Amino acid sequence: MKHLEIAKVLENNKIAPEHYRITLAAPKISREALPGQFIMAKCSDATDPLLRRPVSFNRIDREKGTIDILFKVVGKGTRLLSEIEPGEDIDIIGPLGNGFKIDASRQIAVLAGGGAGIAPLLALAKEIAPKIKARYALIGANNINNVILEDDFKELGFEMVISTDDGTYGKKGLLTTVMLEIIGSKIEAANSFIYACGPRPMIKELESISTQYKIPCQLSLEEWMACGIGACNGCTVKTKKGYKKVCSDGPIFNAGELLWQR
Amino acid sequence: MAEIAVNIAGIKMNNPVMVASGTFGSGKDYEDFVRLADIGAIIAKSVTIKPREGNPPPRICETPSGMLNTIGLQNPGIDVFLKEDLPYLAKLKTPVIINIAGESIDEYSQLAKKLNGVPGISGIEVNISCPNVKQGGMQFGIDPKMAAEVIGAVKKATKLPIIAKLSPNVTDIKLIAKAAESAGADAISAINTVLGMAIDINSRRPRLSMAVGGLSGPAIKPIAVRMVHEIYKTVKVPVIGIGGIMNADDAIEFILAGASAVQVGTGNFVNPRSAVDIAEGISKYLTANRFVSIKDIIGQIKA
Repeated sequence: MKHLEIAKVLENNKIAPEHYRITLAAPKISREALPGQFIMAKCSDATDPLLRRPVSFNRIDREKGTIDILFKVVGKGTRLLSEIEPGEDIDIIGPLGNGFKIDASRQIAVLAGGGAGIAPLLALAKEIAPKIKARYALIGANNINNVILEDDFKELGFEMVISTDDGTYGKKGLLTTVMLEIIGSKIEAANSFIYACGPRPMIKELESISTQYKIPCQLSLEEWMACGIGACNGCTVKTKKGYKKVCSDGPIFNAGELLWQR
Repeated sequence: MAEIAVNIAGIKMNNPVMVASGTFGSGKDYEDFVRLADIGAIIAKSVTIKPREGNPPPRICETPSGMLNTIGLQNPGIDVFLKEDLPYLAKLKTPVIINIAGESIDEYSQLAKKLNGVPGISGIEVNISCPNVKQGGMQFGIDPKMAAEVIGAVKKATKLPIIAKLSPNVTDIKLIAKAAESAGADAISAINTVLGMAIDINSRRPRLSMAVGGLSGPAIKPIAVRMVHEIYKTVKVPVIGIGGIMNADDAIEFILAGASAVQVGTGNFVNPRSAVDIAEGISKYLTANRFVSIKDIIGQIKA
């Protein structure tokens, strides 16, 4: 069930330039939240910005009744969210959309996050850790300052493969190039599963890698949303079965089902 | 408690706050947030004769105090709608109004015929104002003669009450309202979205796939209030006010301008409980100002 919750801000930490992680007391949403799902957060009481902003779960603590959201400031809405202080309230609705589905028949999990796209994969990593033996986390960022969550993944026993566009940390180059390298060396395609979130060009490239090497892959998509609950048909993507709503049919899609239009 | 139940063109509602077509799906998406029986009426998303897949993404973008959309009337077509979506709506205690959109007068007529006598439907809203389709839609709502032909054809095809939903993208909305009334419209709803455009200055591309879309939200409210007032002064049938209603104050403004009822559209996205909260707010306003009924304030602006 979806809930409208007035969530108390417990913490708000800037963890990298323009990247914020907010811990919210949201017992109803936390109880039902799944990795890959998201909330729609109201950014202000004013009419500009008007619409809620979709933000994924970064951590879910069902016992404490808290959720963490982690986002990068990209505009007015996320700027306002980043300025919120502990003790203040945020009006949120969730949990929304469908979560990742862990395929335990494939014992190599490769989590691939580009930029702030790594955020929802941490919630997934926690659930994957006790179920999957070989665990890799690929983090791609533009430079060293924007490489986030490395220690969180390490704690969960993930082998890290980090890349930056400018080579200031990890390998120089794109996450997708690094992905091709480890497919050729470290991981056996027939026993692997890729879980990914990131910018559209990365997602498109990973989808073609998935097809080429026959590695199943779940992709988390981002799109502009108005309602977030499947009512407005505003956030569609083209798939082999026609337009699907990112908010309620996704945001997780299987590689191979998408038809890119832009 | 002041009386807020209304009867619009024979459709009895517990309160004057409906949810606008295209913003509430077929109701089910909102059931976790709100008791659907507490909503004045639900206007389902537009249905067409044939299925429509809608326009390519991006279909929406936010603008100051508003949003642009170019959904393109995505819907499964009336036959699938009647089979798959209507049964859920028909079970509700809320009046259900079906919004129809055609590419020709004959299609409007066919749609109305298919809905006539179907249990669970309280009325038809005729969409002659969608800006996001190549054929039909708004072209019927910008010319009084065409508007009258569509409404006349629908009237002939059904016994259900008919609401004509008008476009603001006209020089004189009074002419269209008058034409719709003369052709048999039992109520007028206004306004649909205002044509608009936004450009991404970095990519130098329009922000919507179809370049132009329909603007909704608080940004259009003053335009809507003005038009509702003009229509109120022109026609005898009830006027339903739509356009950027986010709270009870906004709704009351429309009622003072002449609306007998209102629809919440974009507001549902911001607060999924909007319609019910607004109905409560209207009731409180009436009581606080010692009005007995909503009828006491319809069109009652002081000079």
